Amino acid sequence: MSAQPYRLATGGLIDRKRPCHFRFDGREYTGFAGDTLASALLANGVSLVGRSFKYHRPRGLLSSGAEEPNALIELRRGAAREPNTRATTIELFDGLEAQSQNRWPSLGFDLLSLNRWAAPFLGAGFYYKTFMWPASFWEKVYEPLIRRAAGLGRAAGADDPDHYEKSFAHCDILVIGAGPAGLMAALTAGRAGARIILANEDFAAGGQLHGDGGNINGTAAAAWVNGVIAELAAMPHVQIMPRTTIYGVYDGATYGAVERVNDHLLSVPAFEPRQRHWRIHARRAVLASGAGERPLMFANNDLPGIMLASAARTYLQRFAVKPAGRVVIATSCDDGWASVDAALAAGVAIAAIVDTRSEVDEALLSLGRRSGAAIYCGGDVVKAHGGHRVGAITIRNATGSNTRHACDGVWMSGGFSPLIHLTSHLGARPQWDEQLQAFVPGQNLPAGLAVAGAACGDFALGACIAAGQRAGIEAAQACGFSAPAAEPILCPETSAAVGVITLPRTAAGPVFVDFQNDVTAKDIALAAREGYSSPELAKRYTTLGMATDQGKTANINGMALLAAARGKSIAQTGTTVYRPPYTPVSFGALAGHHRSKDFRATRLTPAHHWAQEQGAVFMEAGAWMRAAWFPKAGESDWVESVIRETKATRSSVGLCDVSTLGKIDIQGADAGVFLDRVYCNTFSTLAVGRARYGLMLREDGFVMDDGTTSRLAPAHFLMTTTTSNASKVMQHLEFCHQALWPDLDLHMVSVSEHWAQYSLAGPRSRDVLQRLVDRQHDISNEAFPYMGAREITISGGLPARLYRISFSGELAYELAVPARYGDATVRALMAAGGEFGITPYGLETLNAMRIEKGHVTGSELNGTTTARDLGLGRMMSTKKHYIGRVMEERPALRDERRWQLVGLKPVDRSHRLKAGGHLVGRHEPAVTANDQGYVTSASYSPMLEQWIGLGLLSAGDKRHGEIIRACDLLRQSEVEVEVCNPVFFDPKGERLHG
Amino acid sequence: MRIGCPYCGERWNDEFVVLGDADAMMKHPAEATFALFYDYVYLRDNPAGRHRELWYHQGGCRQWLVVTRDTLTHAVHGVETARCAAQDIEAAS
Repeated sequence: MSAQPYRLATGGLIDRKRPCHFRFDGREYTGFAGDTLASALLANGVSLVGRSFKYHRPRGLLSSGAEEPNALIELRRGAAREPNTRATTIELFDGLEAQSQNRWPSLGFDLLSLNRWAAPFLGAGFYYKTFMWPASFWEKVYEPLIRRAAGLGRAAGADDPDHYEKSFAHCDILVIGAGPAGLMAALTAGRAGARIILANEDFAAGGQLHGDGGNINGTAAAAWVNGVIAELAAMPHVQIMPRTTIYGVYDGATYGAVERVNDHLLSVPAFEPRQRHWRIHARRAVLASGAGERPLMFANNDLPGIMLASAARTYLQRFAVKPAGRVVIATSCDDGWASVDAALAAGVAIAAIVDTRSEVDEALLSLGRRSGAAIYCGGDVVKAHGGHRVGAITIRNATGSNTRHACDGVWMSGGFSPLIHLTSHLGARPQWDEQLQAFVPGQNLPAGLAVAGAACGDFALGACIAAGQRAGIEAAQACGFSAPAAEPILCPETSAAVGVITLPRTAAGPVFVDFQNDVTAKDIALAAREGYSSPELAKRYTTLGMATDQGKTANINGMALLAAARGKSIAQTGTTVYRPPYTPVSFGALAGHHRSKDFRATRLTPAHHWAQEQGAVFMEAGAWMRAAWFPKAGESDWVESVIRETKATRSSVGLCDVSTLGKIDIQGADAGVFLDRVYCNTFSTLAVGRARYGLMLREDGFVMDDGTTSRLAPAHFLMTTTTSNASKVMQHLEFCHQALWPDLDLHMVSVSEHWAQYSLAGPRSRDVLQRLVDRQHDISNEAFPYMGAREITISGGLPARLYRISFSGELAYELAVPARYGDATVRALMAAGGEFGITPYGLETLNAMRIEKGHVTGSELNGTTTARDLGLGRMMSTKKHYIGRVMEERPALRDERRWQLVGLKPVDRSHRLKAGGHLVGRHEPAVTANDQGYVTSASYSPMLEQWIGLGLLSAGDKRHGEIIRACDLLRQSEVEVEVCNPVFFDPKGERLHG
Repeated sequence: MRIGCPYCGERWNDEFVVLGDADAMMKHPAEATFALFYDYVYLRDNPAGRHRELWYHQGGCRQWLVVTRDTLTHAVHGVETARCAAQDIEAAS
């Protein structure tokens, strides 16, 4: 095990007493608590961390934060493996395992790096131009090849073993970022009493203060940060959320956030989530996201060892790691010179300092001269040399002559760009600020959002702190708090970070602009030349900014190149607009607990456990679990169970749980009038104690739903709906009442879950019921005929409702009891029916029996059928107005060629019929042009002893007796069928009245 | 987006179900003609800007609301119950 050869002896915000052992590409290393994976790798001398997307070029760490384009790795193993994770944001923990990606066979020796010799051919638009034909090659040849060659990490390929949560939060002020500006905003507003959420992407507060150090108010920056955090933590109305990224701004002052609750631990503690997704509603927000440094553009600027100057200082001072031994500092702004002191303090030799500006402040120059470095003002870097790491660079001085300097690191600064992504999530366009040489937040910011500090162009530390205080005061006042005046804070005067964007002057090799997507300066010039010259077009043609880092280090350089290629200024060409998410969000966090069986709640009927005890096989019906059949020993196929259940029901008595039907209680003086308007048939004339089948249309004339509605009292109706439409019908009725006819005197409420309901069907059903129903209620055929509906009591006083309605075509009842008595009632019914051989049946038997009777259900009430199509045309009243009446009369809906409900019987009784098959003429080919309808429902009929079905057939009413074919091309089945009356069994309905 | 329900207060939009143009859908045609009903059922404007829409507070009080929403910015400029709006429509006609 190595001893961290590049770790400095002292300093850094790391805990040297807590070593963390970790593996990268199978090799063991050690770092410390407080490290990121990136800083720990650097401490161990690992500078090659990845291969580039397209050309497989060796890549090292460019940055130290969320903007990192190169160091994408696969974190963890097996099912927990997470691809494309930035090593710069992974908090090191003991036992961490990570692997580099997009290399084969190894990171050091990658065969596909041959791609870079093909680089001249792989420029922008290469795929569009090359893989044009033959079209069939795209899917089979080109795409698999390209996917293998160009790619990122591998998905785990197994279910994520961890849990994720969704949470909601509300606050007065959301402060985004805990650098100097964010801390001051939170502190100032917190002292005023506002409820604050301080969200910080990093695990440590302080932002760039940890890279640049210095004293604030007389104490070291790190101690000052700790003091502010301690004061905030002591305020009960302030919530500090470290490891939390605000990734998006949404309408209504809503912010999306991901909190990495346990990503920094080897395994997630029991009952805790790995990540938590937050939806935060904040009256005001302060964006203090800071600024990001821009790379310089020169040939081979992507070699490992070349990194952003501010990142190098962060590695030196926050992590006490020496990223290089001998460096060249290349800059286009004063801030780059801040690296000189940092390098010398850590014992890093400086070979040369290049500033692209000809005029540089004398104080900086004397600082540089003291370091012993060669200084080039008005010069630039021409090219970096090296294989797996930079070994030398060639610098051109102001007069144009080249010098080569040996080095193992280049620290570059092309100036800073404010991190303004969140400001444009609702559409505001960034504005170019010529003075700052950067895009700054534009007009029309999201309501309530203010920007402070470096994110707004206040690059100097003093300005940053003052801006944070100001933003805190303004936000607190806007929320109704009186904020005290800001107290002055003493801090070092930092150098200006305004950098001139310097375009590459020579083409001595590939000049990378977008490191993650391998977009070079040449690609951008090519896009402009070929006409893709607006920022949005150039982005898509070259893929600039389209990788997982969304071009955080690339976009502004890219826009500068594009503007130059068109001979315009950046202000004239503009930029692309940022969209959420700011950094990638895992699907796990967005899904939370809503996955697999927990995708939505499962609804169980009160008799569910009873059905389980009977060995029921369940199926999902919407959110409900319903018994599909009850297999007995020896039955190997559901058809066998259906035959037994049907025959038992039709010969004696069967029981089915129908609790899932929608039930709506409607009461009021105008309830009957209301029902007349929402149903196509009449209900105001229904006698108390009677039920009626009702058909509800949509306003466009098509059928919406059906069900029976009973009148329990003059002003009291109980409507039933199909299981699947229960909430839709409720919503529709509420709309009709509240928005169309608010004057009608009625109230309604859904009582679907209040009542457990059981269907008893078969010639002995009344015999069973009579053993439960209390004596005073006469349920004889005369006293309680077909379509009776009555409130009764059972088992000695339990209130219940009894309906004599039938879906099976048998003498049948539905008995409803309060839900909490459902389980007891089903057991009592089974006991009472014992001597008649009562048989529980499930959805499959229900379906077989209703198809035998030609009753329609969701398969036929599918939103494309009218009452006429279903043979229910006579139900539509001509004496009243109701929803759907006018549009139902449209001539096209009365066309005789419309698809109408028919029965279908295979000509060969041994053939099986399947729902979904399309109907064509007996001798016609099965092609779309000959399509005459389809099979909507099919089942084996125990009574007819063959497969039967219902279907919708063009002009079907007039074609009974005709032989046609049902063709199911997906399942390769073709069956000759006879068209017949949809009522297969007991067509006169004699059994109902038994 | 958040909607201020007159009964329940300001709530996240996922408690609500949207139906569409309130003024179009709440004005049932006075005469039963195809032309009037065709417009009523199918014809909708798609304005850029303020739009009165029907939203149902399914995850709350089950009231239908008329929400005045800017379709360009999603800003909510006013909320009233459909019941009140319907009475206004009736009074105006």
